Amino acid sequence: MDETLFDFLLRMGDSTLILGHRISEWCGHAPVLEEDIALANTALDLIGQTQMWLGLAGEIEGKGRSADDLAFLRDAWDFRNALLVELPNGDFGRTILRQFLFDAWHKPMLKALAGSDNERVAEIAAKAVKEVDYHLERSANTVVALGDGTDESHRRMQDALDALWPYAGELRTIAGPDGVIPDGVADAHSAMMREVLSEATLKIPEGEFAHKGGVSGQMHTEHLGHLLTTMQWLQRAYPGATW
Amino acid sequence: MYAQMVKSEATQDDPEKLAAFEARIAADEKIEPKDWMPVGYRKTLIRQIGQHAHSEIVGQLPEGNWITRAPTLERKAILLAKVQDEAGHGLYLYCAAETLGVSRDELTEMLLDGRMKYSSIFNYPTLTWADMGAVGWLVDGAAIMNQVPLQRTSYGPYSRAMIRICKEESFHQRQGYDIMMKMANGTPAQKRMAQDALNRFWYPSLMMFGPSDKDSVHSAQSMAWKIKMNTNDELRQKFVDQTVPQAEYLGLTVPDENLKWNDEKGGYDFSEPDWSEFFEVIKGNGPCNTERLAARNKAWDDGAWVREGMLAHARKKAARAVAAE
Repeated sequence: MDETLFDFLLRMGDSTLILGHRISEWCGHAPVLEEDIALANTALDLIGQTQMWLGLAGEIEGKGRSADDLAFLRDAWDFRNALLVELPNGDFGRTILRQFLFDAWHKPMLKALAGSDNERVAEIAAKAVKEVDYHLERSANTVVALGDGTDESHRRMQDALDALWPYAGELRTIAGPDGVIPDGVADAHSAMMREVLSEATLKIPEGEFAHKGGVSGQMHTEHLGHLLTTMQWLQRAYPGATW
Repeated sequence: MYAQMVKSEATQDDPEKLAAFEARIAADEKIEPKDWMPVGYRKTLIRQIGQHAHSEIVGQLPEGNWITRAPTLERKAILLAKVQDEAGHGLYLYCAAETLGVSRDELTEMLLDGRMKYSSIFNYPTLTWADMGAVGWLVDGAAIMNQVPLQRTSYGPYSRAMIRICKEESFHQRQGYDIMMKMANGTPAQKRMAQDALNRFWYPSLMMFGPSDKDSVHSAQSMAWKIKMNTNDELRQKFVDQTVPQAEYLGLTVPDENLKWNDEKGGYDFSEPDWSEFFEVIKGNGPCNTERLAARNKAWDDGAWVREGMLAHARKKAARAVAAE
């Protein structure tokens, strides 16, 4: 088995799975109906991308595991998602800022992957980037609106940025299918964040420190186990059943 | 999801205009927002469309309850899409209500402080995954039974919203039945879940058509105005006749000892739901009334800063655009 490729696929698929799950927690609880619909739509796209990434991961692994087996029957230490996406939703501001930090990396990453030599990877990335284009446009606009909006919305967005900023850097350590970080992704991520956060009148925290441990699987946050407990409940409680 | 307990009011309208209006209704013409309409017609529609919209929004909650626990990626995606559709239905319906001169925020506030109702079915809990099947199969099935005739309702914007909604609802019902099939043909535990879900949702689904017409004093006016197209009892009978064979196909037992085919009427005889339970749920004493309204209130209150922030930004942006000219 090509372990480098397998790990890459888990990093992509686990990140979309866990973020999709987190956003889906908002369903029925968003601040306005349009946001409820948009969040559900984003979650839906991310779950769809998960099916493709983890489906391919199962094939590459060659042990007969499906995307569902990988999603529902692994424990936390085998997950390879970035820490950012497993953090709890917090308020709407924190959710949308997390989404933006992720989208601002996700789009250039997928764009780069769409040109990959690995045709299967390129195909998935080309499909996903169309969806993510829209995710980024929407999350960036919302971050700008709320950063610029009222004193309260500005304060909440700054709090969200202060809390989440140390989790943005880990995304840029995700390598491509060949084990090499694609050219230009890190710069595009940083540039997009600087541009949008400045328009949102938000102050980027000082310091370059970045939490790590999700992408390597060596140290997830305490939150992931609880998320998996919920997500995997039925598959764990009724082993072997089909749904 | 659907509107129940429709009420209408007799009003003091200009008799000439009223006669012309009633002639249009009799000729099956659609009434449009700018047309003259009796005060009672407008009020009845606002109440019915508003309740229907609220039902879609509150109806997100019992199913949303299982999105994070859906057993496969595909089921998760289907359920998300379905709950998202419901939010979309809420949106079309609020827009239809707005054409009658009431804003979405006003309607929302009336829901949140209890002045307006939503369908009582959503005050029942969803306890197992099979409930996602039962809600789709029975609750959406009953809703479709109510909504299909409403595509021909006399108010144009409502009728058009219902046409869009019905298309999506039939997909919802099919996915619900598909979940039930899997469960009914699955392991003994899954089959038990499926039967338990049918046991709990059967009578509340029958209640969705509202009380018997002989106890529904407001039905007559709504039917005369073609806001409502069939009686509650007709629709309930139709629902039972359609659903019983489906339950048999699943190998599940409808929880009614009196259920029996009646050759003479060409339909099933069945037990009435416990209407005292129905009226308790309407009064606020259902198993989840408190949680459902609390969840909607929390979403609204917690979201206030977001709505205000977006509005403030839109105003600043507009002001900057003017200043730049």
